[in-house]
Amino acid sequence: MTAFLNQCFSGLAMGGIFAILALSLVMIFQATALLNFAQGEMAMASTYLAWQLIQHRVPYWLAFFLTVILSFAAGVLIERLIIRRFASAPVLTVVIVFIALVFIIDSVVGWIFGYQLQEFPSPFPDHNWFNNPLVSSHQSGILLVTLIVMAVVWAFFRFTTLGLAMRAAAQNPASSRLVGIKVGWMLALGWGLAAAIGSIAGMMAAPLVYLDPSMMSSLLLYGFAGAVLGGINNPWGAVLGGLIVGVSVNLVGAYLVGTQLQLAVALTMIIGVLLVRPSGLFGRTIVTRV
Amino acid sequence: MISRRELLASGAAASVATGASLPALAANAPGVTATEIRIGQTMPYSGPASAYGIIGRTEVAYFKMLNEKGGINGRKIKLMSLDDGYSPPKAVEDIRRLVEQEKVAFIFQSLGTPSNAAIMKYLNNAKIPQLFVATGAAIFSDPKKFPWTMGFNPNYQAEAAIYAKHILANHPKAKIGVLYQNDDFGQDYLVGLKSVLTGDKAGMITKTVSYEVSEPTVDSQIVTLQGAGVDVMLFAATPKFGAQAVHKSFALGFKGVRYLSNVSAAFPILKAAGLDAAKGLLTAAYVKDTSDPALAKDPGYMEWAAFCNKYMDKNAIVDGNAAYGYAAAQTMAHVLKQCGNDLSRANILKQAQSLKDFTCATLLPGITLNTSPTNYSPIRALQIQDFDGAHWKSAGELIHS
Repeated sequence: MTAFLNQCFSGLAMGGIFAILALSLVMIFQATALLNFAQGEMAMASTYLAWQLIQHRVPYWLAFFLTVILSFAAGVLIERLIIRRFASAPVLTVVIVFIALVFIIDSVVGWIFGYQLQEFPSPFPDHNWFNNPLVSSHQSGILLVTLIVMAVVWAFFRFTTLGLAMRAAAQNPASSRLVGIKVGWMLALGWGLAAAIGSIAGMMAAPLVYLDPSMMSSLLLYGFAGAVLGGINNPWGAVLGGLIVGVSVNLVGAYLVGTQLQLAVALTMIIGVLLVRPSGLFGRTIVTRV
Repeated sequence: MISRRELLASGAAASVATGASLPALAANAPGVTATEIRIGQTMPYSGPASAYGIIGRTEVAYFKMLNEKGGINGRKIKLMSLDDGYSPPKAVEDIRRLVEQEKVAFIFQSLGTPSNAAIMKYLNNAKIPQLFVATGAAIFSDPKKFPWTMGFNPNYQAEAAIYAKHILANHPKAKIGVLYQNDDFGQDYLVGLKSVLTGDKAGMITKTVSYEVSEPTVDSQIVTLQGAGVDVMLFAATPKFGAQAVHKSFALGFKGVRYLSNVSAAFPILKAAGLDAAKGLLTAAYVKDTSDPALAKDPGYMEWAAFCNKYMDKNAIVDGNAAYGYAAAQTMAHVLKQCGNDLSRANILKQAQSLKDFTCATLLPGITLNTSPTNYSPIRALQIQDFDGAHWKSAGELIHS
C-alpha cells in the first residue's frame, strides 16, 4: 500500500510539472493555434538564469521572481523580434522556426554553461511537511505551486481587463481590433506569459531531474500529452491532463505493463480518449461557421 | 581499405626512416617518419557528453610533455584529437579524414560506445589499430571478431560480476533489486550479474526495472524496487539517472546496501544527488579519487599534480576523467616505447597485446594492465570503494572478475 501511495504521489509531483508546462503551451496555443516546440528549451534557459542568480548568492525567492519577470520579457522579445515576422507565413514555416529555436537555445546555453549536470536547490524544507512519511516537501511544494499558478492564470483571464482583451484577441482578432485592442501586443503578452509560466516549470523540475541543457526535452513530451489530453484550449483541462498523465504513467509502469512500455501505454490511452473526445477531456468543441 | 598508393607512400616513408640497413623489417605505418608518429582520435568536445572532452585534452597535453622531454625513441608524438560531438556519423567522417588525409598510424582512445561501434568495421577492414577505446562495452574486447580493436575501461559485464561477487561475500542472503538503462550499457550489467549468480543463486535477483533515457526521472522505478522489499539495490545508470536513483532511494528511507555503476560515481554527480544521500554508496573503481587529500604523499598523485600544474589548468587535478586520460596516455606511450623502431601497424598491435603488469600513476594501487592475443580487456580487477560523504575510500582487497 505504501508503495502504491508513493507511486501516486511521485506521479502527482511530476504531473504538477507536466501541468505547468501544459499551461504554458496552452497560453501560446490559445493565441496562435500553434504548439510551441521550443517551450521546453525556453524553460531550460530560464532555469539556468535562476541557477546563475542563486550561484551569485541571490536569495532563492528573489531569484525565482526575477527569473519569472526576465523570462516574461524574453518571451515578449522573442515574439516581437522573431515570431512576428512569420505571422503570415505558412504553418510549416513557423514550425521550422520553433524547431530552430530549440537547437539555438540548446547550443547557446550549452556553450555558456557547459553540459555538466548541476544541482538546483529546492525552496522547500528538507523534512516532510506535517511529518507525513509519504510526500517530500518538494513534491507537495510542486503541487502547491501548480495550484497557485493555475489560480493566478485563471484570475488574470477572469477578472482583469487585460485578460479579457487577450481572450478577445485570441477568439476574434478582427472584432477586437475594431474595439481598440492591440492584437499584436496581446500575442506578445501571450508569449511573455508562456515563457514566465514555463520558467516556473523549469525551476520546479530542476531539483528532481537536475539541471542540464537536455533537462526539458523529455518533460515537454509529457507536457504536450497532458495539454492534449485535458484539452489544449482550456487551462484547467491542461492542468488536470498533466496530473493525470503523471500518475497514470507511474501506475501503468509499476503495475500493468512494466517500465519499458509505460510511455507507450500512456500515449495509447491518450489516443483512445481523443478518439472519443477529439477536443480532449475538458476541451471546448470549437464550431467554425463555414 | 588501404590504396596501393598509400602502401607505396608508407613504404617509401619507412625506407627513409629505417634506412637500407634494416631491410627485414615490415613497413612502418603511415604517419610514421624518422621524427614523428602521427596518431588520431575523436572526442566529444561539444554536445551532450562534452564533460568527457577533458580526457582528450589531457592526452594531448601528456604527449606534449613527452615531446618536450624528447619524445619516444627519438620520435615526437602528434595526437590529432578531433571533435565528434558524440555523434557517430561525425566520428566516421573524422576517422576517415584522419586515416585517408592525415595518414595517422592508428586510432587511440576514441570515446563513446556508439562512436566506436560506428568506426570499428572500417578500421578492422583496413587493419588499422583502434587502441584502448574509451568505453566499457564488451563488444570492444572481442579479438576473434575484431582483432584490431582493443578496450581500455574494465568492461561493464566484468564490473557487474565484481558487484555480484562482493554481494555473495558480504550479503549472501541478499534480495537484489536492479535498476538498469534499457540499452547495451545497462543490459551488460544484467549479463554480468547473472554470470556470477547462477544456479540456486539466480533467485537472489528479486526485481529488475529498466528505464529509457527519454524518461524524465527514475523515481517511479526506485519506488517499485523499494516496494519489492529488496535489501540490495544496484543502479546500472548513467550520471543523471544515477543521481536521481541515489537521491530517491535516500528520500524513501531505503536502509539496505546500494551499488552505483562506476560511470556515475564522479564527485560532481554525487554532489548533485546530495552528499548525505550518497553516503554509504559502493562502487567498483580503478582510477584514484584525486580530490582526496589523503593522497597528497602518494608518488603517483604527485606525478599527476606536477603534470597538471604545468600542462593543464589547476581544476583538472581533481577531475577523475582527466586522471583517467592520463592513465590511458601513459599506457599508449608504454606500448610505443616497446615497439622500438618497428612501427608497423602489426607490431603496434602486437605490443598492445603484450602488456604485462603495467601500472599507471593515476590508477589505484594494485590495478595492473595485462593483455594477450586473446585478452583485449587490460583492466580485469577492480577495487570496491565506499563513499564516506566526502570521498571514496577503498574497502577490502581487489576483486578479479
